Amino acid sequence: MALNENSSAVPAREQAAECPVQPASADPSQAVLKTSRRDFLKSGGMLSMSSLMGTAALMAQSDDAKAAVEWAEHFQKNYRLMTKEEKDEARARLERRYSSEYGKQVSVDTTDAQPGVLMGYALNIRKCIGCRRCVHACVAENNQSRGTQRAGEKIEWIQVLRMERGKFEADKMSHGYPEGLGIQVGGNAYTPAGQVLEGQYHYNPEKVPEQDATYMPIACMQCEKPPCVKVCPVRTTYREPDGVVVIDYNWCIGCRMCMGACPYWARRLNVTNPVLPKEEMNPVTHYLGNRPRMRGVVEKCHWCLQRSRHGRYPACVEVCPVGARKFGNLLDPESEVSKILERKNVFRLKAELNTFPKFFYFYD
Amino acid sequence: MLTSFLTDYVRYVLKGGTKFYAWMGSLAVLIVGMLYVFYLQNTDGLIVTGMTSQIHDGLYFANLVFLVGVAAGAVTIVFPAYGYHHEGMHKVAVLGEMLAITAVTMVMMFVFAHMGRPDRLWHMIPIIGIYNFPHSMLGWDVLVLSGYLILNFICGFYYLWCKYTGNPINYKWFMPLVWVAIVWALSIHTVTAFLISTMPARPMWFHSMMPIRFITTAFAAGPALIILIFMIVRNNTKFWVDDSAIKLLTTIVIWCLGIAIFLTMSEVVVELYARTEHANGLYYLMFGLHGLTKLVPWFWSSVVLMVGAFVLFLIPRFRNDMKLLPIPCVMAFAGIWIEKGMGLIVPGFIPTPIGEVTEYYPSFVEVLLTLGIWAFGFFILTILLKGAIGILLGEIKYGGQAVAAK
Repeated sequence: MALNENSSAVPAREQAAECPVQPASADPSQAVLKTSRRDFLKSGGMLSMSSLMGTAALMAQSDDAKAAVEWAEHFQKNYRLMTKEEKDEARARLERRYSSEYGKQVSVDTTDAQPGVLMGYALNIRKCIGCRRCVHACVAENNQSRGTQRAGEKIEWIQVLRMERGKFEADKMSHGYPEGLGIQVGGNAYTPAGQVLEGQYHYNPEKVPEQDATYMPIACMQCEKPPCVKVCPVRTTYREPDGVVVIDYNWCIGCRMCMGACPYWARRLNVTNPVLPKEEMNPVTHYLGNRPRMRGVVEKCHWCLQRSRHGRYPACVEVCPVGARKFGNLLDPESEVSKILERKNVFRLKAELNTFPKFFYFYD
Repeated sequence: MLTSFLTDYVRYVLKGGTKFYAWMGSLAVLIVGMLYVFYLQNTDGLIVTGMTSQIHDGLYFANLVFLVGVAAGAVTIVFPAYGYHHEGMHKVAVLGEMLAITAVTMVMMFVFAHMGRPDRLWHMIPIIGIYNFPHSMLGWDVLVLSGYLILNFICGFYYLWCKYTGNPINYKWFMPLVWVAIVWALSIHTVTAFLISTMPARPMWFHSMMPIRFITTAFAAGPALIILIFMIVRNNTKFWVDDSAIKLLTTIVIWCLGIAIFLTMSEVVVELYARTEHANGLYYLMFGLHGLTKLVPWFWSSVVLMVGAFVLFLIPRFRNDMKLLPIPCVMAFAGIWIEKGMGLIVPGFIPTPIGEVTEYYPSFVEVLLTLGIWAFGFFILTILLKGAIGILLGEIKYGGQAVAAK
């Protein structure tokens, strides 16, 4: 199969527009902008500190809506503790800022976890061909920084690790250590297999799958006992009732404890202002999901909340050409994931750490 | 009375010779440089540092960890002074408290330097923000560090205040506070060790030896720095630090350094004998991994410095001759700064939990910011020590005219 990096991104976007179940504001055509500034100020029955600050900035004759909105953003609460009104305010604020910043109508969804849904993921490790379309579809869907000028401007949430197929060879049978000294305590008849070396998920072959490699895709495991959540000093990252570990980007202080605690290296730091070209920005966003991030905060995979909370597959599942990726409701016995857990040989990565991922690997 | 304390204190501190102003001036230059790069870092982002998503704690975090140790090290003066009623130590206990105040202040500045969004630090303040207590180890660290700062501030300045006014010290509440501060000193470094040793994702740090290693290295590096400062105080002011105090500190440095070396040795044996993948970090530090060897010279220079200092300390001529003593002290301090700073923090991220091997090296911005914070530390330490010494000498006294310091 030939590789085409961009082929995946476009259909994913097109489908977003024709999705039947859309949140009130996820449809860009009827988003926010009907909320005028006046409505916005009126609607706040109880004016929170953030709206007061925003109003102050507006009254201070700041023509720049963006500046005023950013100022108000500084004083908003942790998302989880916001009242319904405050959430609406925050959402309106963000929609206005993003819309002016990216020159298109951007919607910020605030749909909560749906009752009776616990999301789960399963990946058929035998099927993966290492095309990395999931990686690119993820970047396009989730508004990651994609600069190329400086290292660190490019952020990808999924890594497809390329694992070498090592082998044991007859002519190496006598190789070992200590070399040429007494009785050998160990042999070196093998070529290392399954070792991950620097940059190996940046491989770029003509064709995939390669003869001498197997592939191991990794992203956030959405652990049931996430170590990253435990260490967060400000509780900006937490587990949602539907099982997804999310981040309130506006509350993150950038201390990076979560990155140190994650055993799967799932988290990325925005080391600079994200590079996100206007024309490539995906305007259908979720507050806890793919809305544009800012400098100095941590981000990671959230199973495309902007899609999955409306009954759609995450972008990586949708784009996978071999159907290696399965996603669904763990509480629904008829879902694909439940069937896989019931019938296949499944394993979790680093199970010994007791993080209880809801991301399973399986093979036929 | 309080205003006269403040004005007398400030007036005394401001008076100084050319040497004093040259010293403070050059520190100020570095501080200005620090402010500039801090601005850069908070407009362009952490991209101006050498840190990445792979290795996201670097020089700042390394210095933070090390300086918590220096702050805790002040207890090596306070404990003998009050616990064992050591004459020489009792005289200088307040200087140790001044050093602790300085070190904790520097730690807090390194926290600011380290954070991706220092403008959001208020999110950690209880009530207006959220304080993830008791789950977050960083929350514990903030608690013990600010507590330690307050305790030392109260103990130190209450003592100075009494000396200044001539009032007797009220031991009824002063002594309990001193004892709390002594135990608290252990807690700050223990919690800092827990900060990194409670992450199974980072096998290099994930062992229960971390807190005791932190404490021993702290009680070697801290007093080593204090000895150097006492030497400077003896040579540049009228204040005389007794030999007995320096001798006791030397003994503490020697044996804490000895235990620290022993612990490092144990770790090397345990990790490299089995040589599992979990030893990759240490292996990278000692020999390099996949051809990446930037930290190898750091590690071996720290070994040479620490072992060399220990051997020199064991030679009576070095530990008894006040002219030669600074040599092993500088070596121990530098060795531990490397081992516990860059040598501990950076290899924890190499390889990453998914096996990627990358390297880190501090950028110019990081180096200048770090130097600036150290300069700021010395700046306030000079002020605090000068004021404290002025009061101890009786040159700043209530009702008396402040006498110019040398």
